[in-house]
Amino acid sequence: MSARLAALWNWFDSRMPTVAQQWRIHASEYYAPKNFNFWYFFGSLALLVLVIQIVSGIFLTMNYKPDASLAFGSVEYIMRDVSGGWVLRYIHSTGASAFFVVVYLHMFRGMLYGSHKQPRELVWIFGVLIYLTLMGEAFFGYLLPWGQMSYWGAQVIVNLFGTVPFIGPDLALWIRGDYVVGDATLNRFFALHVIAFPLVLLGLVVAHLLALHDVGSNNPDGVEIKKYKDANGRPLDGVPFHPYYTVKDLMGSVVFLAVFCFIMFFVPEVGGYFLEYNNFIPADPLQTPPHIAPVWYFTPYYSVLRAVPPLFHSQFPGVLAMGIAVLILFFLPWLDRSPVKSIRYRGTLYKSALAIFVVVFVILGYLGTEPTTVWGQFGFDAFFLDTKDVATWVARVCTIAYFLFFFLMPWYTARDRVKPVPDRVTA
Amino acid sequence: MKRLFFLALLLPLSVLAETGYRLDHSPNDPRDIVSLQEGARTFVNYCQGCHGAQYMRFNRLTEIGLTEAQIRDNLMFTADKVGETMKTSMPAKEAKTWFGVAPPDLSLVARSRGADWLYTYLRSFYRDPKTPSGWNNIVYPNVAMPHVLWTLQGERGLVVEAVKDLAGHERLEYRWTQLSPGALSQVEYDAAARDLVNFLVYVGEPAATKRKAIGIVVLFVLGILFIFAYLLKKEFWKDVK
Repeated sequence: MSARLAALWNWFDSRMPTVAQQWRIHASEYYAPKNFNFWYFFGSLALLVLVIQIVSGIFLTMNYKPDASLAFGSVEYIMRDVSGGWVLRYIHSTGASAFFVVVYLHMFRGMLYGSHKQPRELVWIFGVLIYLTLMGEAFFGYLLPWGQMSYWGAQVIVNLFGTVPFIGPDLALWIRGDYVVGDATLNRFFALHVIAFPLVLLGLVVAHLLALHDVGSNNPDGVEIKKYKDANGRPLDGVPFHPYYTVKDLMGSVVFLAVFCFIMFFVPEVGGYFLEYNNFIPADPLQTPPHIAPVWYFTPYYSVLRAVPPLFHSQFPGVLAMGIAVLILFFLPWLDRSPVKSIRYRGTLYKSALAIFVVVFVILGYLGTEPTTVWGQFGFDAFFLDTKDVATWVARVCTIAYFLFFFLMPWYTARDRVKPVPDRVTA
Repeated sequence: MKRLFFLALLLPLSVLAETGYRLDHSPNDPRDIVSLQEGARTFVNYCQGCHGAQYMRFNRLTEIGLTEAQIRDNLMFTADKVGETMKTSMPAKEAKTWFGVAPPDLSLVARSRGADWLYTYLRSFYRDPKTPSGWNNIVYPNVAMPHVLWTLQGERGLVVEAVKDLAGHERLEYRWTQLSPGALSQVEYDAAARDLVNFLVYVGEPAATKRKAIGIVVLFVLGILFIFAYLLKKEFWKDVK
């Protein structure tokens, strides 16, 4: 039997040697540093979630109807009448949030260990492009259940484009395909969500991985393992990705799936953060909900948007700030002037800056889910107080801190008192 | 247009307006079959005249321990076939003329409002001569819905007073009065409300009980799988120094 199989494989291999060759390049002979820690699980987990989303999404499209009069009902049909439909729907809704959880942790890992720095700038840029595409993918997908939050969230975000000077209103109209969010919008968002953006996403993931495998993986020490090789040209501190990291990531995946399944089977709404309560009310263009909040993964940027005061009755400054807050990530490799990569050998300046950045990001995220009145109002009046909402002022301070983290980075990373970096990875 | 996204946050809005009235905890239990059946009975007798549960099929009620014959004989006032959904017989268009707003479908009301809100709402109607229906509700002020369960609860009045506590903080005090008795005592009425909420929670997500049961098995299997994945990883990594 095994002789037959070997013969079959030889037949295949002699006709298409690319398969075995690519397997060697990307798995069995791709040398990854042996000292990956907890933070290094999230790349493979992001890939796992991508697969989960694509597969569950395919099955959802078999019963979902992208029609303004049928969409909401078809989701309930999936939840109630389709065999196992509720499992698919919860997999997909939990997966959407899980995707952002792992991607945020994956990006944070990059900032911890300097994975964006030379020679991995392209890896980082492809990563930010993936993040942007993912935001689009999530935004289009969120309209599809056609609940109140789907509808009004889409309305709000499309209106952001309407604030762009001169071309704004036409741009918003072009995106919606109608004067209000309606059937035309739902149909095109469906098309973009199920095919256009997933294709782009897959392409970018391939580019991200190819770029990574060309330069090799970074590690928690931020040293290049390619500097020290054995007689066979293998990095001394590297292990073949397969089987070492395939089995390790398998273990990580099981833990991740346990958390994922716990949410999916026991708390699929996660207190309104993964599935908003208002989204169980069908979209009603005539009734604006009292409080519109995007899903949690967009709320840090939503906070930035709300924090910036309007200029000449235009919200465009806020929209611009929000755009810059995301796009500035592209420049991280060049803003970071530190001679060392890993947080282990950086000085207090970067460590404090990163800690403040994380706190600020979380506060902005929380405030974005709440109305601006959540922390009450100042008890006094002053000429500079255009709003007395405490939360708005906290969001403003946090927004400034967010931008200072990036704008001051060339200054504080260059002046940081770094520690000596070892030649090889530490155990 | 550019104002819309801020406007939306400022609207004083009716539907979910906070009245400051504290919600009671709903004591409903999704595993209590008798309570679910009681709730189903209250729903079809008192609610379904105006409200549908258009995503819920009658024959699915076999899940709460009823036979199809029982469902057909006792619950199906608005459908001929047991596979049909629990629609209301009230035409939405006329309902809008009568009440000013079409009564919402209740399939998902427990998921959008929550059990506590429903439980408190059903027990917070009071007589108010200023409204068209003669009824008002402290949880949902000026709601178009009259107190449909008033024959059960009786008529109640509500006095709201601003009082100062010892520390000088002002708060609202709510005093309920029984104007006329209903068919049920207060304890019995609370139980009826609990059963109805229990049923609405079930209708909101009929698979919820099954979901948790499957979840336990899934987590158990993943736990076993983790042991093997961990041992496999350990075995491969033992030679990495």
